Amino acid sequence: MTDLEAVETEPGRPTHDGPVGGRTDGPLLVVDDLHVSFPTDRGLVRAVDGVSFTLEQGRTLGVVGESGSGKTVLSRAVMGLLPEGTPQSGSVRFEGRDLTTMSREDKGKVWGAQIAMVFQDPMTSLNPVVKIGRQLTEGLRHHLHVDKKEAAVTAVALLRSVGIPEPERRLHQYPFELSGGMRQRVTIAIAIACGPKLLLADEPTTALDVTVQAQILNLLQDKQRERFMAMILVTHDLGVVAGRTDHIAVMYAGKIVETAPTTELFSRVRMPYTEALLKSIPKTSDPSHTRLSAIAGRPPDLADLPAGCRFAPRCPYAQERCRVEEPPLTPDAGGLHAWACWYPVGTPEGSDALARNASAARQSA
Amino acid sequence: MSATAAPVTAAPQLRDGDVLLRVVDLVVEYPAGRGVSVHAVSGISIDVREGETLGLVGESGCGKSTTGKAIMQMPRPTSGSVMFDGAELTALKGEPLRRIRPRLQMIFQDPISSLNPRRKVRDIVAEPLEIWQVGTPGERAAKVAEVMEAVGLDPAVAGDRLPHQFSGGQCQRISIARALVLDPRLLICDEPVSALDVSVQAQILNLLEDMKRRYRLTMVFIAHDLAVVKNVSDRVAVMYLGKLCEVADPDVLYEAPAHHYTSALLASVPVADPTVRPGLVPDALRGEPPSPLAPPSGCRFRTRCPRAEGRCADEEPLMREIGPAHFVACHFPVEATDFRPAAAASTVTGG
Repeated sequence: MTDLEAVETEPGRPTHDGPVGGRTDGPLLVVDDLHVSFPTDRGLVRAVDGVSFTLEQGRTLGVVGESGSGKTVLSRAVMGLLPEGTPQSGSVRFEGRDLTTMSREDKGKVWGAQIAMVFQDPMTSLNPVVKIGRQLTEGLRHHLHVDKKEAAVTAVALLRSVGIPEPERRLHQYPFELSGGMRQRVTIAIAIACGPKLLLADEPTTALDVTVQAQILNLLQDKQRERFMAMILVTHDLGVVAGRTDHIAVMYAGKIVETAPTTELFSRVRMPYTEALLKSIPKTSDPSHTRLSAIAGRPPDLADLPAGCRFAPRCPYAQERCRVEEPPLTPDAGGLHAWACWYPVGTPEGSDALARNASAARQSA
Repeated sequence: MSATAAPVTAAPQLRDGDVLLRVVDLVVEYPAGRGVSVHAVSGISIDVREGETLGLVGESGCGKSTTGKAIMQMPRPTSGSVMFDGAELTALKGEPLRRIRPRLQMIFQDPISSLNPRRKVRDIVAEPLEIWQVGTPGERAAKVAEVMEAVGLDPAVAGDRLPHQFSGGQCQRISIARALVLDPRLLICDEPVSALDVSVQAQILNLLEDMKRRYRLTMVFIAHDLAVVKNVSDRVAVMYLGKLCEVADPDVLYEAPAHHYTSALLASVPVADPTVRPGLVPDALRGEPPSPLAPPSGCRFRTRCPRAEGRCADEEPLMREIGPAHFVACHFPVEATDFRPAAAASTVTGG
């Protein structure tokens, strides 16, 4: 699928053999104890409530959560796109510089050039009244200061590299003239135009059909590998991140509740929420009419959070302690797999808790 | 649930006695200006057996929702026949059509916008009974309470609230209660769980299965998610660009798809298992579906099909039975050995 020739002549591609500006020794992105809240009539909605993670250069992180888990606010906060004056604390350090305290002008130098974003709906993220060519070259001309002619040549190469047929013609078309999948390819071309070191993709395939979704995910993965970009893939679909990320963070009610290398997470689930989420997905490999294990209830109101563990009211493992004391996100001996749970799945404590709840349910029935 | 001795015809027909809904040669076209028309549905024939759930799956624009609406006669199909419970719906109008409507109900994708935001939940669920003046006020209230209970809403608590006080999943429960309150025979579900989170989606799918048993419903379940469709369906029909490609028992269809489109579609489903490497997109699915304004001649999938030959452009493949109750519209169906699903390692199911 990779078009080697196009890749070689592709612009904005950082070279692998040397450091490309900034520091390359430390991690690319360090998010530390990030809190974001929104004041509402019902009280303070704590959308992101103490999130920390680190992302190395060229690595991919999947952020998984349901609606209201805070995953989108987290990605906006990392990008520095939250409205001015949004109450937040903690830090988002990109190559050592804190994005949360950076001036609007400085952020303008980072957006597009260093960090780029692909959104869910390509129709609303593209300007409907501006031709694709200009939307593509805008960043190139602004950040890389290339002239109009060179920018147009680059734009054609970019469109070709994301698999758009007849790229020369597309430059003069408007977004409405393209299909949803083609539009998402254009937004990816725009995002990678200036060779960012970090790509944030927020539900990039949710608005697309399954067959197109597979194409776009493969494209993102190809570009990420070719360019040694770091990528954060935000999604509600564990299937989307399973084969395409190095590391996964599962979010629930504004917090990361479990984080691990991808294969580790799927083979040794610890947090009951992750387990429940995996079990509730219908699979094409199950026979039809397989009873799904649904998670009872629904996520908590972020303006009125329960005491203790936020998943406790829906958790089959929950004990008294869970309803009183909030479990911290604690890593295992290896340090890579962390979970926030007092009675983790697959441990003696977890099995005991589950058995206790089951026998209590039998008695009350 | 394999069908009994289905006759080999151009359409997946069944014995007359079992059939609740028979759609024959359904065509829906919309004018698109300048004398051009959108070929949304181009000649679909299918039977739905009493008590079965027929899953209708396909990508956006394939005409699956249009088919559901055409069965409901809203809007009416351009041509073709829709026989429901012995009545030809396309020939009915006015009062006789209205009298049949309570037996056909529909639920939609967006549960919040399909409920009147200014009415109490109890009144929303009771409205169909009020319109038809079923029973006494006391009986109506009892029926509303029973149905609300059945879908998992507490009538005493939820009854007096407004839709906005509920989450998407709860609103879908309200929609289901409203659809069931008149004891319909056929329930058409148009993407009923696509707007819901996975954890809530499982609740609603389980609920639909329970309601089907409790109220002895026949269902047409329209969705784009292959795993969801397989979970609830007794038979699955795959649509592409206004036509049916393949109809089969779900366990057969997902295990050994015969149409190249079905097999490509199955290979594209992301699997929540990191040991399954996401495969390269099958050649078949480079590119996107052609415009329904000018569908390709012959087989509509031929422009993206890896197996297409000259014959596919000249001659439209007709539905034929290639196995027990397994119908496919393809000149050169997938050989059983050709298909390797992405999740091959885990797809070991009996049958």
